[in-house]
Amino acid sequence: MDWQAVAARLFGSDHAVVADGDFLCGTAVFDGAPLAVVGTTHHAAVGVDLALRQARAVLATVDAHPGRPLLLLVDTQGQALRRRDELLGIHRAMAHLGCCLDLARRRGHAVVGLVYDQALSGGFITSGLMADACHALPQAEIRVMRVPAMARVTKLPEELLESLSRTNPVFAPGVANYVAMGGVRSLWEDDLAAGLRAALADRDTSDARAQEGARRGGRRAAADVVRRVLEAS
Amino acid sequence: MESLNFAFDGGRPLASFAPTLVGVVASGNLEVLVEPSADTGCRITVDTSARGFAPVWEAVLRDFHERHGVAGLAVAIHDMGATPAVVSLRLDQAIAAIAGDA
Amino acid sequence: MFSSFAEMSARERLAAVVDPGSFHEWLPPSERVTSPHLAQLGVPAAFDDGVAIGRATVGGRAVFIAAQEGGFMGGGVGEVHGAKLTGLLRRALRDWPDAVVILAESGGVRLHEANAGLIAVSEVMRALLDVRAAGIATVMLIGGANGCFGGMGIVARCADTVVMSDIARHAMSGPEVIESAHGAGEFDSRDRALVWRTTGGKHRWLCGDCDVLVDDDALAFRGAAIAALDAHRPMTLEELQRESALLQARADADGDNADAFELWSRLGVPESREVPELDADALRTRRPAAVAALAQGAA
Repeated sequence: MDWQAVAARLFGSDHAVVADGDFLCGTAVFDGAPLAVVGTTHHAAVGVDLALRQARAVLATVDAHPGRPLLLLVDTQGQALRRRDELLGIHRAMAHLGCCLDLARRRGHAVVGLVYDQALSGGFITSGLMADACHALPQAEIRVMRVPAMARVTKLPEELLESLSRTNPVFAPGVANYVAMGGVRSLWEDDLAAGLRAALADRDTSDARAQEGARRGGRRAAADVVRRVLEAS
Repeated sequence: MESLNFAFDGGRPLASFAPTLVGVVASGNLEVLVEPSADTGCRITVDTSARGFAPVWEAVLRDFHERHGVAGLAVAIHDMGATPAVVSLRLDQAIAAIAGDA
Repeated sequence: MFSSFAEMSARERLAAVVDPGSFHEWLPPSERVTSPHLAQLGVPAAFDDGVAIGRATVGGRAVFIAAQEGGFMGGGVGEVHGAKLTGLLRRALRDWPDAVVILAESGGVRLHEANAGLIAVSEVMRALLDVRAAGIATVMLIGGANGCFGGMGIVARCADTVVMSDIARHAMSGPEVIESAHGAGEFDSRDRALVWRTTGGKHRWLCGDCDVLVDDDALAFRGAAIAALDAHRPMTLEELQRESALLQARADADGDNADAFELWSRLGVPESREVPELDADALRTRRPAAVAALAQGAA
């Protein structure tokens, strides 16, 4: 589903979200109240410029519209793989974006993430994963890295990684896995507006993803390790 | 990966010591965790990324046991393709670290 | 006496930074809190899953501390490794040490644990930002040969203070990954001088992305850590707006140049061609004041 279809399903014609290149931004009206939309499209490669643009949009919302909910629409192939972006500190720009989202949450803005197509690596860490909770459309995919690059870096055979990507929750890119692991809170199936409504109503801002992963069975070790550190003498 | 187990009899028990770690599980390297054991003799477990070297491990570890003659020792190894020389070095370092704490 | 920080193991570095004998480890190797995911890939586990965590004193002050072992899986963050860091940070919120100090050496998400590693990195990031928002100083010491990359590169820059040596690198993607994607013309990974002036400690220092530059010396890192205990800065809206403007101005100053020597000159660094030959002390006078404004910690 492209972003226009997502926006139409959520807001009908009640939105002024526009795409400027890979950058999505605009205000929508949802259940009678204004909501800020920030995000990416076209499987955006997030470089310094795009990270800073998104961050500016978040800061503008926090500054001009205290308390206004923020919806992050995520479709990214991850960080841009360019020397210029490394030179200019893409890690810093991404940390900056993450801190801006964190600020919005601390100032009482509901921040909801929706992966509507794909999300990889750093592009996901500083968007959906910084929201109060991240949700996804059922057909979306979330990955750390594509298999060929992963094979080159790990020296593991591509066939092995391909096979694991089909059978092993730790490797499989389907968002249902991320739900089982606690990384994604829910999938929005047919009634997207109902999904957004429920997300906005859920104001628990603590990070319960490890407990979710344990409860749902997809990620069993993390919550227990955290508990053990807290209890260690 | 291959998991191997060895046990060697005899030796003098050491004074009590705290669990001690030497080395790193990096390419060509290994980590060795030594702990006191109620058993007599010396038990050694090895998890190694390199398959098919059981006889070499047996020789290196037997040599270690004969060199130091320590009983009441549990040794656990995670190996990432270290040479026998490096394995012997880490084992010697582990014993030295225990003695240093005594 | 000089001792190379880069050549030390994580545990040796940790011992050099803290006050002698003050480190008390949580979930030590003997507890065997190891990765549940590596055996299926034929990879041996590490007893501490590649990170040592605990409490210590530094300069007599209570800190929580962690050291990532770059030799194990490239320092990659897996499920257990990440949970140890998250647990340490959450415990800091409860126990209130003066600071959390992390000796970071990591390629980012541990690819062998893929999805579990990705979520783990995010949990560390959230926990670190919670600690920072609570007013506890957060310090990153980056001095390993592997550098600090990927998701861990992002996490590290969320801390109050980033200390680097000139040997270290702090970035997102390594040069090999970029070269694989877009060719050697984009980034020649074998040109070490190019790699270090693009992502190394001196460059980050000159551009304001690194707060403190030290020599590759364990005592220098220890001194920088002590100074950073009092360098906490809250992330306010004003602070982020200021950072936003400065980062954009820097990108604008570069334009499409993409070369470090040229960028340094444009930012006001005198005699930029000399930079690779200068040590940390000599460089200290060369960082433009405007750039220093981008840095957050003690100068």
